[in-house]
Amino acid sequence: MVATQSADGAGPVGGDGPTGDAGPVGRGRPVGGDGPVLADVGRTDRALRGFLHGLPGVDEVGAARRTAQLATRSVKTTAKAYAVDLAIRMLDLTTLEGADTDGRVRSLCAKARRPDPADPGCPPVAAVCVYPSMVATAAAALRGTDVHLASVATAFPSGQAPTAVKLADTRAAVAAGADEIDMVISRGAFLSGRYAQVHDEIAAVRRECGPAHLKVILETGELGSLDQVRRASWLAMLAGADFVKTSTGKISPAATTPTVLVMLEAVRDFRAATGRQVGVKAAGGIRTTKEALRYLVLVEETVGAPWLSPRWFRFGASSLLNDLLLQRAKLATGAYHGPDYVTVD
Amino acid sequence: MPAGRLAVRKTYKLFVGGAFPRSESGRTYEVRGANVALASRKDLRDAVVAARAAQPGWAGATPYLRGQILYRVAEMLEARAAEFGALGVAAAEVAAAVDRWVWYAGWADKVAQVRGNANAVAGPYFNLSVPEPLGVVGVVAPADGPLLALTSVLAPAVVTGNTAVVLAAAAHPAAALTLAEAVATADVPGGVVNLLTGRAAETAPWLAAHRDVDGLDLTGLTDADLARECESAAAETLTRVRRPAPEDFAADPGTGRLAAWLETKTVWHPKGR
Repeated sequence: MVATQSADGAGPVGGDGPTGDAGPVGRGRPVGGDGPVLADVGRTDRALRGFLHGLPGVDEVGAARRTAQLATRSVKTTAKAYAVDLAIRMLDLTTLEGADTDGRVRSLCAKARRPDPADPGCPPVAAVCVYPSMVATAAAALRGTDVHLASVATAFPSGQAPTAVKLADTRAAVAAGADEIDMVISRGAFLSGRYAQVHDEIAAVRRECGPAHLKVILETGELGSLDQVRRASWLAMLAGADFVKTSTGKISPAATTPTVLVMLEAVRDFRAATGRQVGVKAAGGIRTTKEALRYLVLVEETVGAPWLSPRWFRFGASSLLNDLLLQRAKLATGAYHGPDYVTVD
Repeated sequence: MPAGRLAVRKTYKLFVGGAFPRSESGRTYEVRGANVALASRKDLRDAVVAARAAQPGWAGATPYLRGQILYRVAEMLEARAAEFGALGVAAAEVAAAVDRWVWYAGWADKVAQVRGNANAVAGPYFNLSVPEPLGVVGVVAPADGPLLALTSVLAPAVVTGNTAVVLAAAAHPAAALTLAEAVATADVPGGVVNLLTGRAAETAPWLAAHRDVDGLDLTGLTDADLARECESAAAETLTRVRRPAPEDFAADPGTGRLAAWLETKTVWHPKGR
């Protein structure tokens, strides 16, 4: 938990708690069109702390109830077929193992381009996500396709390395051909309230990325509460993130629907305040089509159509793709499929 | 017993993955005054997933252990003789079913001797044929009786390391689920035996067409048109189908049903001189 409290009490939000008019979590209006204030927020630790601790609190029970209620939504037949294809198009097909080899990365890239070789109608995934040392291999395997290449960087998954090392890590990944960078925040600094340090590090990595997209991994499983998730989301967006991402997938709990709900509300409110749209990536622990569809329902109901595209919402997963393919085959053939009919990876 | 005590009646639910869930559809049907879960195709899907997950572990257990566990099913069944009696199962049939489990349990570590062989070959090789389990077997249980017929189709499928998804006879769900309770308390790993109650005519075509089912026993399907439909659906994915002529389950079962759900693996091993 954060030991320090907001020094100046009320931040820019004042006493604006959950309003209750837009779902139980409340539609926070922390900046209210006050542009210059937001631009200056990142300047000092004190201003950042005042702003982040002034964000309205999250009703955790309400968030859990809201997502549980949305999880009962039934998506069938043509809607399901559309959703399954959309989920495939939103997928960052990931391999982040110490045992990754060039061959494994190449076969993953082949699967990313043609997830179901038997069906030309099956769309490719959004991106392949690998460690920086595998970027060159993946870049060669993906050349000439629309599949993006994401690389984790900044001492993934712990983020416990000197800033210079993190920047070099990022630079190397971009130079090798990554057009998306998944960085981790320094949770140690964030949890001890050194917000400016986290902010400046994200901003520095953002500069190193150049044209590449920056996804900022909050590792929500280590943040402790949804209030902290909301603060970390805002902090990342203020520092220039193009995406906020839930987890590394290396610790449990990884992505959960209440966490993603809070992050979706944060990007929605951030766009309302600044006009800049930020994407959300749910990563870790999403293995079944049923779970993936719950996230899509959550996106639709929270932020709506503007985010319902691979440009603005992503899944980070590896085994999810096989389950999506099995569901796709079930819809196409009418018979239940088995794991014998998809690749083992 | 104090006067006016309320009766505590058993709810008959499905047996999937070692648990006793209700049907996901929430449907029930009535058999002799008891409400019994009416399985849907999604229950069937869940059962196949559970069977597939349990299969490698069950096949990997030593034959000796599988035999011990199936013998324990016989013990549990014996202990429930009174309950089967209350369900209208004749004492002689319970005894025959217990004996049938014991008989098949004994086969667990003997089937390799009967179905396997050391082959003579024209070269310096050890050449061994050994029986291996087929995988997930779907069984439409016969309606010939409440307990012995079900035992006679289920035990030979699982004893060799297969896992089974059984569609119990619609007329005898209570005895089938009491057998499932015996299985559940006999150290049989969850998912090795999965039992669905309801109408086979509704779920059997899904079982036949399911691509993750390796063998299909249509013994209990009496409707010839439906059986043919299931056979052609199963042929789509080369599922092995067994659709025998009517048989007398009280007779000596032989090893035919055991052998139906086995593959033969042949190993060539170089031999020095």
